[in-house]
Amino acid sequence: MLDATLPRPDQGPLYLCDAARPRRRAAALEDLATGLRRWRLPAALARLDIRNRYRGSVLGPFWLTLSTAVMVVGLGILYSSLFKLEVRNYLPFVAVSLIVWTMINQTVTDACTSLTSAEGIIRQMPLPFTVHVLRSVFRNALITAHSLPLVFLVFLATGTMPGWEVLLLIPGLLLVVANAFFVSLLLGMVCARFRDIAPIVNSFMQLAFYMSPVLWKPELLGDTARWLPLNPFYSVMETVRGPLVEGGVAPLVWLSAVLYTGLVAVVALAFFVRFRGRIAFWV
Amino acid sequence: MPHIIAESLAIDFPLYHMGARSLKKRILSKAPLRLREDASHRVVVSALRDLSFRIGRGERVALIGHNGAGKTTLLRTLAGVYEPVAGRLEVAGLIGSLIDPSAGMDQESTGRENIVLRGLFRGLSEAESTAMADEVGAFSGLGEFLDVPVRTYSAGMQVRLSFAMATVMEPEVLLMDEWFLAGDAAFMAKAREKLTRLVTDAEILVLATHDMEVVREWCTRAIRLDAGRIVADGPVAEVLELA
Repeated sequence: MLDATLPRPDQGPLYLCDAARPRRRAAALEDLATGLRRWRLPAALARLDIRNRYRGSVLGPFWLTLSTAVMVVGLGILYSSLFKLEVRNYLPFVAVSLIVWTMINQTVTDACTSLTSAEGIIRQMPLPFTVHVLRSVFRNALITAHSLPLVFLVFLATGTMPGWEVLLLIPGLLLVVANAFFVSLLLGMVCARFRDIAPIVNSFMQLAFYMSPVLWKPELLGDTARWLPLNPFYSVMETVRGPLVEGGVAPLVWLSAVLYTGLVAVVALAFFVRFRGRIAFWV
Repeated sequence: MPHIIAESLAIDFPLYHMGARSLKKRILSKAPLRLREDASHRVVVSALRDLSFRIGRGERVALIGHNGAGKTTLLRTLAGVYEPVAGRLEVAGLIGSLIDPSAGMDQESTGRENIVLRGLFRGLSEAESTAMADEVGAFSGLGEFLDVPVRTYSAGMQVRLSFAMATVMEPEVLLMDEWFLAGDAAFMAKAREKLTRLVTDAEILVLATHDMEVVREWCTRAIRLDAGRIVADGPVAEVLELA
């Protein structure tokens, strides 16, 4: 394919592939760099995905906002009386929790098909695989963005407003995006090769929903709560939820969130370096 | 200098998801020619075996052979889609591939949006892609249909659009599957003229085809593949004579 973003060397080959000296790391890094530099393509594809998914629907992606809103109000009223919490305190918590969890859940589920769904393109043109991974990440980020007005509505309705600690939201979101990218890369590859992984991931995510403090507040665990940072879902979710509704994030939670992200990144990159050349045969 | 050098190039397609051991045994026990078990006990199809060739500037090469001989696989390997499992491949020059033009086409988008999307796929900026849209739109002759979703196009209209999108480029190494030579007659005359220009401007042409007329008309050299191996390589007249 004609590729204007690649520098044109005057001398030497543009495309070199030697099975005896695979240069795997250089190829993987080049893939990442080119894919990130060409972010406009995955962004355009993600927009198209959303438009096509909700084609002809009146509310479009705002159906998700609406269903989340109904969930938040319903669960907010029920669980606040179950847990004997004040609705005014519980509602902002459950609103942010549900939105963040929906995003995590969707991203992980989509991650399983990040590469297989691009099968047609992968077999026809040598695009960086990073493009397909970013497409999945951007799509879910865009869908989540539709639910953000809900957070403001709940804050207005309950009269709670976060203080300056809300600025911590920015590093929190960056961490979530990094996680989403590496999980999509790793699961995309693993699920392309082993088709049984996707159903396993799906049922695991259901378990994770109940095991993580999404609906219940961490305080309800009492003493046991100090083990919570061992749950990666909790740590990563908390970096976004904390600044919004809990007045900040404990340093330990930050530490574990960064550690998990680093771990996922290392594993994903190691896989990518080793198996990048095989992906076209897997999908 | 644009060139293609392949040295004992090999591509194996692993047959994943075949499961059962007994099935594997049964398939392998028939002593097939191209199915074999590789080092990690997978059943693989040897799509390309031990290909060595060198294509220099100005050569127009036809890949010929039966269905399944490996023509399209070789094109895709040259384009950089499949990484060879053995051997070495070097392609110098800006590669343009006309393999499956409809890949990456979005059925719900209009023709114009698809042209812009194709531009992004190729690494052009949004502005450049939009500029390309007019040129491509004019060539496709779709007129008012350019702003209608591709889903509603007839098969022939889709072919026109794909062809117009795929041929807006000036590659040095042009890889082409014979798909491009099929199309409705009225459009064909126009398409042929465009292709001829594309082919003459490219420094290297590699064309996979069954049509010997096309080979005689456009190519200077023919490589005949059979079961993933090169069985003949030389000037067109010679290779066609052998068959």
